[in-house]
Amino acid sequence: MAEHEALHASHVLEYPYSRSVGPVIGAFLTGLREGRLTGVRGAGGSVIVPPTEYDPTTGEDTGELVEVGPGGVVETWAWVEQPLPKQPLDHPFAWALIRLDGADTALLHVVDAGDPGSIATGDRVTVRFRPEADRVGSMADIEAFVPEGSA
Amino acid sequence: MADDSTIEGRGPVTTLATPIRLDFDFTPGIAQSVFLRGLARGRFMGQRCPKCGKVYVPSRGSCPTDGVPTTEDVELANVGTVTTYCVVNVPFAGQSIEIPYICAQVLLDGANLSFMGLIQEIPTDEIRMGMRVEAVWVDEADLTPSLASVKYFRPSGEPDADYESYKEYL
Repeated sequence: MAEHEALHASHVLEYPYSRSVGPVIGAFLTGLREGRLTGVRGAGGSVIVPPTEYDPTTGEDTGELVEVGPGGVVETWAWVEQPLPKQPLDHPFAWALIRLDGADTALLHVVDAGDPGSIATGDRVTVRFRPEADRVGSMADIEAFVPEGSA
Repeated sequence: MADDSTIEGRGPVTTLATPIRLDFDFTPGIAQSVFLRGLARGRFMGQRCPKCGKVYVPSRGSCPTDGVPTTEDVELANVGTVTTYCVVNVPFAGQSIEIPYICAQVLLDGANLSFMGLIQEIPTDEIRMGMRVEAVWVDEADLTPSLASVKYFRPSGEPDADYESYKEYL
């Protein structure tokens, strides 16, 4: 009987955090908003993307900001056949580590390749930004990377 | 100075919104659903243990002493006794009630478990153990299956309860 059925209700738990990003990540995010990809020069001249304030191997302060991309190479990838509601794309895509031209480290982002047969390690991809008016200074300002030549 | 309508005019990015959000489909379970449906009718519903006879409100569906299901629904009175209380004088984040206010454990008549309620319509220095109180409900149109249906408790005007009658429920 209805009296002895369990009720249900939606319940949302949300913490509206706002983080301070600091000068280096801040420069990277500002670059994204302007449609540019930025790295930073670390110890020994390597270029780290996304940039960090300290060199990950020596702990020394990193140096000048360096523009990288917009193209790069897929280092490794994983196919997402059924995207979850809050993932970046609403159709199948690849998560990929992408080493941008001019960078020595790889950036984790999305490749909008269409189907898993259209992506392979070593493939060239290029960035696809959101329209300028929609960019806010966030990783999501990059809509996706796409196979080079398809953009 | 560039205005805010251009990208260059917006200045460097200094903060990043990183909300953490969890979407739950919450179910209180069958026993507490009985209690909540009661609230939507302006009634306190509990359940009785078939072994020891104690009435729990709200019921979790089983007796914590005997470990058996509580299947008999029991409607409780709208009046009860303050077993213990706390006068809140300290403001805190998210506080929705004007301080000072009284938070009390109320043992409804017929129940063997007290629950927390707000006490209003009385100066805070007049609250005492054993005070008899009654529930004040929201307007009938505003009743929902939620404790928000109970606005607060207020003195019922009856003489204080004898300590012996609630000493097991402190």
